[in-house]
Amino acid sequence: MIAVELRKMLRRPRTWVTIVLLDALPTLVAVLLALTDLGPRPGTGPAFLSAVLSDGTLFPLAALAIVLPLFLPVAVAVIAGDSIAGEAATGTLRYVLVRPVGRTRLLTAKLVSVIAFVLIAVLVVAGTAYLVGHLLLGNQPLASSVSGTSLTPQQVLERTLLSIGYVTLSMLGVAALALFLSTTTDSALAAALGALAFLIASSLLLTLDAAHALQPYLPTRYWLSFVDLFRDPILWRDVVRGVLLQAVYVGVFLAAGWANFTTKDITS
Amino acid sequence: MIRTSRLTKRFGPVLAVDGVDLDVREGDIYGFLGANGSGKTTTVRMLLGLVLATSGEMQVLGQPMPKAARSVLPQVGALVEGPAAYGHLSGRTNLALVDAMGPGGPSRTRGSRIDDVLEQVGLADVGRRKVGAYSLGMRQRLGLAAALLRTPRLLVLDEPTNGLDPQGIREIRGLLLGLHERGTTIFLSSHLLAEVEQLCTRVGVLDRGRLVLQDELATLRAPTGRTLVRTPDVETARALLDGQVEQRFADRLLVRVPDAAALNARLVHAGVRVTELGPERWTLEQVVLAATETDQGAGRPA
Repeated sequence: MIAVELRKMLRRPRTWVTIVLLDALPTLVAVLLALTDLGPRPGTGPAFLSAVLSDGTLFPLAALAIVLPLFLPVAVAVIAGDSIAGEAATGTLRYVLVRPVGRTRLLTAKLVSVIAFVLIAVLVVAGTAYLVGHLLLGNQPLASSVSGTSLTPQQVLERTLLSIGYVTLSMLGVAALALFLSTTTDSALAAALGALAFLIASSLLLTLDAAHALQPYLPTRYWLSFVDLFRDPILWRDVVRGVLLQAVYVGVFLAAGWANFTTKDITS
Repeated sequence: MIRTSRLTKRFGPVLAVDGVDLDVREGDIYGFLGANGSGKTTTVRMLLGLVLATSGEMQVLGQPMPKAARSVLPQVGALVEGPAAYGHLSGRTNLALVDAMGPGGPSRTRGSRIDDVLEQVGLADVGRRKVGAYSLGMRQRLGLAAALLRTPRLLVLDEPTNGLDPQGIREIRGLLLGLHERGTTIFLSSHLLAEVEQLCTRVGVLDRGRLVLQDELATLRAPTGRTLVRTPDVETARALLDGQVEQRFADRLLVRVPDAAALNARLVHAGVRVTELGPERWTLEQVVLAATETDQGAGRPA
């Protein structure tokens, strides 16, 4: 069933349009930077962006930091929100289930296909950004960490891979939430928007001093903590908290989605 | 093949299906009749494990449902409330995907099985076209093709001729009769009396969630005890059958005599010319109406 879901996901034109659009923004940023040579001052703008003019190898990270706050979660919410609700709306859900495909199995396959989508999206964004950064932006041999010391190319590679894993896990939290909402409605749009509303609320509360007590538990709190992987030495505290927090969100929402879906009357 | 006892489904305050005892036997073409909203589709969905029963028991192919879904459903082909397919893929790809899901669809024979069913439902020429470009009738045929992919022992079809033109309806009817001859049991849910009357061997009637009638079609369509006579000599016949003629429509008489042969002999003996003569039978419509009306009287709360 996982193979079938992957085929379905990969054969959908929408999947690829989404990935191309996701990729377009950082590429546009790179082109603009290269043409104007006007980088944001250090400490402003998306993470790493101030550094990429001199060191293009950091651009994959800058690209991830550009798409992470909004674009990537939107794409994930749309894909995951569509997973069950979309099949319910087109009526294919009932035919999948009477094949028969067990409900737990279907949910698992959907989750795997969303994870695959996130990985493909993140890798395409990072890969394109690597090429673009290599071709258009600065090519000084020594990559510098956020802390100002130098990182070897191997360190940059390792930490970039770690970052990709971290970003994927963060997006898995979004996916689990959207997947849960997707089992509660026959409208893919409602599921996707519901998940986004939750994330927007979380981002908003992060800017509010009065919500200080809540902030460590908000799903978007540690999203950008992958930047800490590029400090020297690595600042693990927020990364670890981010991993634990996402694991809890993923666990809770998946359990809720499973409990709802396996006991639900399929009337669509 | 299908046996339910006291099958009940409650959606909040609404009792959608109320203590239904279905009995579908091997080799039946079972017509499951009922008005829109009478609970047909909910019953079908319960049989297939989509909707979970509030109470009661179900056996499909001799095994308890929904518990044995994994071994029962691969032997069941289903069309529930209209077909559904992925519009951006071709008919063939849709069938291949559907077949790859769940147990019971060996990939070795997939290609030839898809060819077979597309041929059977008359879609062989358009199999490679995207489903998004299919007409309603073609989608209906594709849904039927998907149901037939694993040569099921039991076909559960909900309104299978929806959206088909008269030509298409005839083709599908022929297809179903052919499958039945080769041993497939068919459970056909429909609100079209004529369709059921032409096709089915057994009939169950659902009325507001309750099964008010379940019997062989031949038994239901029993003679009414009256004989229908058509004759150019209407007045002579009426005089002869004094008091036994119940109704007259132009040159046709409805006579309260059960034995058509004896009546014929009597008329001919008296020199009455007979154009047509035969026992009157209950129509399915009359039977269904009678069943649902008595139920209305009995079941209505005071």
